[in-house]
Amino acid sequence: MADLEIINLHASIGDKEILKGVNLEVNKGEVHALMGPNGSGKSTLSSVIMGHPDYEVTEGDIRYMGESVLEMDPEERAVAGMFLCFQYPVAIPGVSISSFLKKAMDARHPEGKAPAAPFLKEMRENMAYLEMDPAFANRGLNEGFSGGEKKRMEILQMMMYKPGMAIMDETDSGLDIDALRIVSKGVNKLKGPDLGLLIITHYERILTYIHPDHLHILMDGRVVMSGGPELVKQLEDKGYDWVRDQAAATV
Amino acid sequence: MPDFETDSNLVQDYKYGFVTDIEQETLPKGLNEDIVRAISAKKEEPEWMCEWRLKAYRRWLKMKEPTWAYLDYPQIDYQDIHYYAAPKVQDPDAEMDPELAATFEKLGIPLNEREALAGVAMDVVFDSVSVGTTHQEMLEEQGIIFCSISEAIKKHPELVKQYLGTVVPPGDNFFAALNSAVFTDGSFCFIPKGVRCPVELSTYFRINAADTGQFERTLIICEDEAYCSYLEGCTAPSRDTNQLHAAVVEIVALNNAEVKYSTVQNWYAGDAEGKGGIYNFVTKRGHCRGVNSKISWTQVEVGAAITWKYPSCVLEGDGSSGEFYSVAFTNNKMQADTGTKMIHVGKNTTSTIVSKGISAGESANNYRGLVQVMEGATGARNHSACDSLLIGRDCSANTFPYIESDDSGAVIAHEATTSTISEEQLFYLKSRGISEEDAASMVVRGFCKDVFKQLPLEFSVEAVKLLEIKLEGSIG
Repeated sequence: MADLEIINLHASIGDKEILKGVNLEVNKGEVHALMGPNGSGKSTLSSVIMGHPDYEVTEGDIRYMGESVLEMDPEERAVAGMFLCFQYPVAIPGVSISSFLKKAMDARHPEGKAPAAPFLKEMRENMAYLEMDPAFANRGLNEGFSGGEKKRMEILQMMMYKPGMAIMDETDSGLDIDALRIVSKGVNKLKGPDLGLLIITHYERILTYIHPDHLHILMDGRVVMSGGPELVKQLEDKGYDWVRDQAAATV
Repeated sequence: MPDFETDSNLVQDYKYGFVTDIEQETLPKGLNEDIVRAISAKKEEPEWMCEWRLKAYRRWLKMKEPTWAYLDYPQIDYQDIHYYAAPKVQDPDAEMDPELAATFEKLGIPLNEREALAGVAMDVVFDSVSVGTTHQEMLEEQGIIFCSISEAIKKHPELVKQYLGTVVPPGDNFFAALNSAVFTDGSFCFIPKGVRCPVELSTYFRINAADTGQFERTLIICEDEAYCSYLEGCTAPSRDTNQLHAAVVEIVALNNAEVKYSTVQNWYAGDAEGKGGIYNFVTKRGHCRGVNSKISWTQVEVGAAITWKYPSCVLEGDGSSGEFYSVAFTNNKMQADTGTKMIHVGKNTTSTIVSKGISAGESANNYRGLVQVMEGATGARNHSACDSLLIGRDCSANTFPYIESDDSGAVIAHEATTSTISEEQLFYLKSRGISEEDAASMVVRGFCKDVFKQLPLEFSVEAVKLLEIKLEGSIG
C-alpha cells in the first residue's frame, strides 16, 4: 500500500468528465513527475487531490496514509500532511505574509497556537535560503507579486509546513532561469525520506534540476505510460505523438 | 459558489445586550417646549442655553425628516420617545451606584481612577447623563479641559458659547435641529494652544432605558498647534423596539492643529428578522478653520439597525486636510447609508476618502459621498477609494459619489470596486490548513486593513476582534 494512492479516479466539472480513471501511487521518499499535453487533466488532478469544490469525484478513490480523503475538507487534508503548490496562487490583499503563515502554522500546531519566536526564526531562515528580502514578510500575500515571487512564496510555505506529500502544479511555468534555480534549490532541500513529491509539468526543464525517480504520462484523463528517468529523454526526443502511438498499441 | 448562509445565532452573540436594573428618573414621553425647558432645568443650565434649545426646537418643528437616503424604516413617532432618562442620584458625593459600576465592569470599562486605562482618559455617558470622567486632574495640569458637555456649559460657558453650533448650526438638518433642542450629554474637549494631548480622550455611550432616545452632543476644540486623538464607543441592550440615537459632533481645528476622531459603533442592530435595534442618525462635522490644520475621521460601524451618518470636513484654512476612513459592516436586515463630505474652501487643501463596505445577510450598505471644490479653492486635491465586499447573494451595496467642482484645476480621483470573497481565495487558504471561517475573516480583515491601521493600536485590536465576532456565522 503506497502513501498516496489514486485509484481509478474519475472526476467531472459540471457535466464534463476530465479524469477518466487515473491510477497512480507515490510513496514518501520518492519523486514522481507527471507530464502530459495541454488539456490532458494535469491541473484538474492536482485540484481534485486537494479537494477543490468545483470538481466532483464520480468514481474511484484518493487515499493518503491508507485513509480515503474524499470526505475530508481541503483544510483537513492540509493538516494531515498534503500540500498543493499552486500554479496560479491567488492574491489576498491586505493580509501580510507573516500573519498568513502564522495562521497556517497555528492550524498545524496541536494546541492551535504555534509559539511566535521559533516561528519567526524559522520563517526568516527559510526566506534567507530562498533569497527573499526579509521585508517581504510584511507584504500582502501574493499582492502585486511577480511570477517568480509567487512561486518562491509557495516553496517557502512548503518549507514551513513540512508536508508528507506535495503536489507541485506547473511550478516551473513562467519562471526565468534564476527563479527556477532558487525554486529547485528549495525543493531539493526538502527532498528526503519524509516527503513524497508529485511534480506536474509541461516541460522537462525542471526535471534537470529536480531528478525524478518515476515518470508518468497523462493523456485524456488517464495515465498512459509510466517509467524511470530514461523516459524523460525518450519523450524529449520523440514527443507526445510517440506516446499516443505506444498507448494505442498497448490497449 | 460555496453555500453562504446567514446564521440567526449571530445576534445572540451581541454580548452587550443586557439591561441594568437601576432606579431611573425619566421625563414623560413626548416633545414640546416644556420638555425642552425641563431638560435644560434638569441640567441646571443658564438661561441662554435654554433659549438656544428652544430656538432649535422651533426650527425643528418647521423641518421635514430627510428621505433622500437609501433607507427604509417606518415613520418615527417623535411623541412616543422619552427625551430624558438618568440613573437616580441618591447622594451626589457618594461613590458610583454599584449597579452602574457593575454595568461598566461588564462592558469592560473601568471607571474608577485606580483601574482606569493608562493611556486613555474616559468620559462615560449612560442614557442622558455623564456618569464619570477619568484622568481629569492630570489633564487639567496641561490646561486640557475634558468633561461632559453639561459640566462645560456650567463651568466654561464662554467657550461653549463661542463654539457650540458654529460647525453644525442648529438648523443644519432635521436631526441636528432635534439634537440641538434636546441634547443631553456628550463630551467637551478643549486643547489649548501648543498642547499635544498625551492620552487618548474617549467617550463611551451606553443606552440603557427603554423607549428612550439618546441625543449625544460632543464638541472638540484644538487651538493653534494643538493635537488630540479622541475615540468613542457605543452599546445598547437588545430590545425588540427601535430606539433613536441622534448625535451631533462638532470639531474645530485652528492653525496647525490636528484632531483624530475614531468611532467604534456597536449599537444593538436588531435580531435576524430586523426586529428592534438602534436608529443611528448622526451629524458629525469638522471645521479646519486654521491654516495647515488637519481633521481625520475613522469609523468602524458594525451595529445599529439604521445608520445615517456622514462625518465631514470643511477645509477652510489654506493647506488644511481632511481624511475619512470607514469600515461599515451590515448583516441580517441592517441598513447603512454612510459616507462623508469634503468641502474644499481654502487654497491647497487635500482630502482622502477610504471607504470599505461589507454586506452580509439581507443587508443594504451604501456609500454616499460629496467632494466639493468651491470657487477660489485653487490647488485642491482629493483621492477617494470606495470598495464594497459582498458576502452571500441577498445583500446589496451601492456607491453614490458626488463631485462638484468650481475650480478647473482641482485634482479629484475616485476609484470604486465591488467584490465578493472569491472561491479561489477560500480554496487557497483552506488548502493551507485554515478553516473556512478563519479564511473568510482573513480576507475581510485584509480588505479593511487600510482603515484599521488608522485606529490607535489597542482599539485596532478590539475592532478586528469585534468584526470577527460579527462575521461568525455569516459565512459557512
